[in-house]
Amino acid sequence: MRAVITVVGKDKVGIIAEVSRVLSENRVNILDISQTIMQDMFTMIMLVDVSEAAIAFSALSDTLSDLGNALGLTIHIQHEDLFNSMHRI
Amino acid sequence: MINTMEIMETIKMISEEHLDVRTVTMGISLLSCAANDMDTVCTRIYDKITRQAENLVKTASDIETEFGIPIINKRISVTPAALVCESIKNSESFVKIALALDRAAKTTGVDFIGGFSALVHKGATRGDCLLIDSIPEALAATDKLCSSVNVGTTKAGLNMDAVKKMGQIIKHTAALTADSDGFGCAKLVVFCNAVEDNPFMAGAFHGVGEPDAVINVGVSGPGVVKCALEKVHGADFGTVADTIKNTAFKITRMGQLVAQEASRRLGVPFGIVDLSLAPTPAVGDSVAYILEEMGLEQCGTHGTTAALALLNDAVKKGGVMATSYVGGLSGAFIPVSEDAGMIAAAQSGALSLEKLEAMTCVCSVGLDMICVPGDTSAETLSAIIADEAAIGMVNNKTTAVRLIPAPGKKVGDVVEFGGLLGSGPVMAVNERSSCDFIHRGGRIPAPIHSLRN
Repeated sequence: MRAVITVVGKDKVGIIAEVSRVLSENRVNILDISQTIMQDMFTMIMLVDVSEAAIAFSALSDTLSDLGNALGLTIHIQHEDLFNSMHRI
Repeated sequence: MINTMEIMETIKMISEEHLDVRTVTMGISLLSCAANDMDTVCTRIYDKITRQAENLVKTASDIETEFGIPIINKRISVTPAALVCESIKNSESFVKIALALDRAAKTTGVDFIGGFSALVHKGATRGDCLLIDSIPEALAATDKLCSSVNVGTTKAGLNMDAVKKMGQIIKHTAALTADSDGFGCAKLVVFCNAVEDNPFMAGAFHGVGEPDAVINVGVSGPGVVKCALEKVHGADFGTVADTIKNTAFKITRMGQLVAQEASRRLGVPFGIVDLSLAPTPAVGDSVAYILEEMGLEQCGTHGTTAALALLNDAVKKGGVMATSYVGGLSGAFIPVSEDAGMIAAAQSGALSLEKLEAMTCVCSVGLDMICVPGDTSAETLSAIIADEAAIGMVNNKTTAVRLIPAPGKKVGDVVEFGGLLGSGPVMAVNERSSCDFIHRGGRIPAPIHSLRN
């Protein structure tokens, strides 16, 4: 299953490194990354493959959420199909 | 990969604009539970519901986590209980059935169960009468149970005996739940042209034309529509309609996705997506605010009906292409106590009961969650039901009435229900009597345009 991770917040050193570390530790494969600054906010979108993940999806979601809190960012992980169905016919 | 702007738009809709799925509702047929003994029926009902809906709440929660979409309520609708209980031999009250349904709801962990219902649009059977008489006690004795009675259709006309009866039932329900300001009435709907696949409470039931079990989904999203309209401030109505359609499409696609996933994971057929804009009392999640965004100083003023007509139509046009099966009530809801903008408009005097009645001609569903003075007579309640049912009958649409004659409350008082049901200001009713009209009894014949064959 593929999922989209969104990271939004104030830019600082090491955001990508920290998020990637958590994903690597949990055997989540990163397929694509894009990053931009939108309205002064750091915005990163990652497409990941969680089919080999070492933990359940809900646990991964909680872990990323906790990491977000620690870094002062908002991190979401959601099934890719949500975006496909809302924005593609 | 989907582009960043689109992804961020979805995230913003969910986190800031209250986009959510209002309900995943499992419809369950109870026709197989019929028996001629009350205790057997109760056992069969409880067993069937708890078996069929065993994984409903967990599955919906899993979908919520994986897709990051809040699913506010998980619900069950069942075959109208009057049908299931028709052949019970002794004429005891159906309160035991209500308790069995409530127990099943609690075991499965759902928020509401609907279907303590009777369809009496042309006349009532013995079972229908027993059920209707049990409603006040049933709603006072249960927590999760919702009840509905269909008193008219375009094809059959209005059963005015049932309309008269329901005024009395609403009064009695309010009296039995007086300690919670008549809260029992918030779980009771009187319909004209009730639909068989409605996922929304309190009027959900599982129609006899439905399969053994089915998944229906109701979407929400007034906040999203309002935010989209803010971006086209001052534009003409064509732009307004287009903006609403685009937004409704996205909201409905999300509902369709959730419905399909729930259906697949539970192994239960997908029924319909109900294209509704269902408000919540949260600030920013209001249908009234959408109407005000279109340029009305406050909901209820002149122009409100036209604005609502546009909104209701555009939601359907946008939503219909986004899902394979549309059903339920499908339209904008205007429940007064559940909508921050409606509450404010009613409190300030901008919105009256008469204006609400006019608004129900162009939207789904009817006079919903309206508190009226506690001393309102049963006949006046019946007359309000008759007016609303007539609108449904003549216009070939569903209309519903959910009135709360809050005991001891007067115009201007506020009744607190809490949660999704919000709080309602007590609204004035016309104090002239409708007594002789209601006591005539009999049926109002079906309108001429019901003869379509």
